[in-house]
Amino acid sequence: MNTSAIITKEDVARAVYEAIPKIACELPADVRVALEDARACEGPTRGAFVLDQLIENARIAAADHVPLCQDTGTVWVCLEIGPDVVVPGDVFALVDDAVARAYDEARLRKSVVRDALFDRANTGDNTPAFVDVHFVERPGARVHVMLKGGGSDNASRVVMLAPGAGREGVVREIMDCVRAKAANACPPLVLGIGVGSTFDRVAHLAKAALLRPVGQRSQDERTAAFERELLEEINALGLGPGALGGKTLALDVHVETAPCHIAALPLAINMGCSAMRRATIDLAAVASAETCAAFEARAVASQGEHVSEREGE
Amino acid sequence: MDRKRLSLPFDRAELAKLRAGDACLVSGEMFMLRDAGHVRLLAELDRRGSLPYGLDGATIFYAGPSPAAAGRPFGAVGPTTASRMDFAAPTLHRAGIVATVGKGVRGQEVVRACRETGSVYFVATGGAAALLARCVVSGEVVAYDDLGTEALRRIEVCDLPIFVGIDTQGKCIYDL
Repeated sequence: MNTSAIITKEDVARAVYEAIPKIACELPADVRVALEDARACEGPTRGAFVLDQLIENARIAAADHVPLCQDTGTVWVCLEIGPDVVVPGDVFALVDDAVARAYDEARLRKSVVRDALFDRANTGDNTPAFVDVHFVERPGARVHVMLKGGGSDNASRVVMLAPGAGREGVVREIMDCVRAKAANACPPLVLGIGVGSTFDRVAHLAKAALLRPVGQRSQDERTAAFERELLEEINALGLGPGALGGKTLALDVHVETAPCHIAALPLAINMGCSAMRRATIDLAAVASAETCAAFEARAVASQGEHVSEREGE
Repeated sequence: MDRKRLSLPFDRAELAKLRAGDACLVSGEMFMLRDAGHVRLLAELDRRGSLPYGLDGATIFYAGPSPAAAGRPFGAVGPTTASRMDFAAPTLHRAGIVATVGKGVRGQEVVRACRETGSVYFVATGGAAALLARCVVSGEVVAYDDLGTEALRRIEVCDLPIFVGIDTQGKCIYDL
């Protein structure tokens, strides 16, 4: 018997629609706590003043239901599908509609132009969203929603190093990027680092690394040690919050590594600003609960005459 | 933190007294403009030979606000990355813009322009836009309405907290 949960376009659209206003206005708890911890160990610096502003900003945004940052970003929707879940090919078909409605109703900024090169007219509703689907081993289905600001993305970098550059070359490139661009990316930062895979996929590794909660180390011991080393080195620069001086330039560094070609050492650095706007919604749980409820309601209404293909869930 | 209270429009003699790193609270009228608006403004300046819309002597806040919310003219207002406007800043300073507000490091051409024209670049905290929006008392579109958030807007601010980023001697806050 097929017991797969089916994730529909409505499931995804609803999750995106509900997540957007919340993440635009509410700083995730892990980031808020990290800012407060950073403030507690900051001396009488300009950076401390910046942290005070950011902590107060998060309070105001949540209380008044206004965006944390005026740049309410482009919408990234990343769907993770486990082996026990089925998705139809139109699973993203209603995402743009959800984005347009959410941005209008929550009074968020529309920051997308029609074409990067030939038509830079604002689309007026913050669509299209940028969508990805990944098939993973973990059972169930999750949708990650991130509103990514332009300033921190502009400060990011993809570079194809020679394998001979090694670990040292990777660290040098990261530090060079941080020195040159951190001030533009609204620190304290969360850095997503991707190493490996291919030219196109290394950037995804870096971006996906931003989804991991601040303070949560990689499960791989070597990677975890590398993350600690990078975090220490970055904060030792003394650039601090706002890059205006202080101890905490980065709240955390998350590294994801992958296999790659014998000739390659792909590296991507995706800077995440202090106004981290992200959420992960467990879709399979939502889908199965709602599907069961809907099925039962239908069954009661029709006295069991109509049986959908979802019956087995 | 000790903060200097400043009134807009800025007087160049007052700006000359400021030093990179000074914390300020600024009140009065300024304009908001960013990327696409700068292309339009440079074209107009080129055609007319002078700054339109009362921009002579004015301050430009590099910002694209979110829509009105919570009873305020904008839900969130904060600085965008200033270096993207480096292509226009020296020309605009020579034409009469006396100060800009943004975030991040600027190019040497802007440092030179600040020194030569006695202009100042101020830095506001990026990502503190709900807090900064409370300092904006009013706002109206002056031109380029079709650009949406990137339109030219005149705003009235009250006690806007900013740092001196580049002073009239060319000193930079990020080098302190």
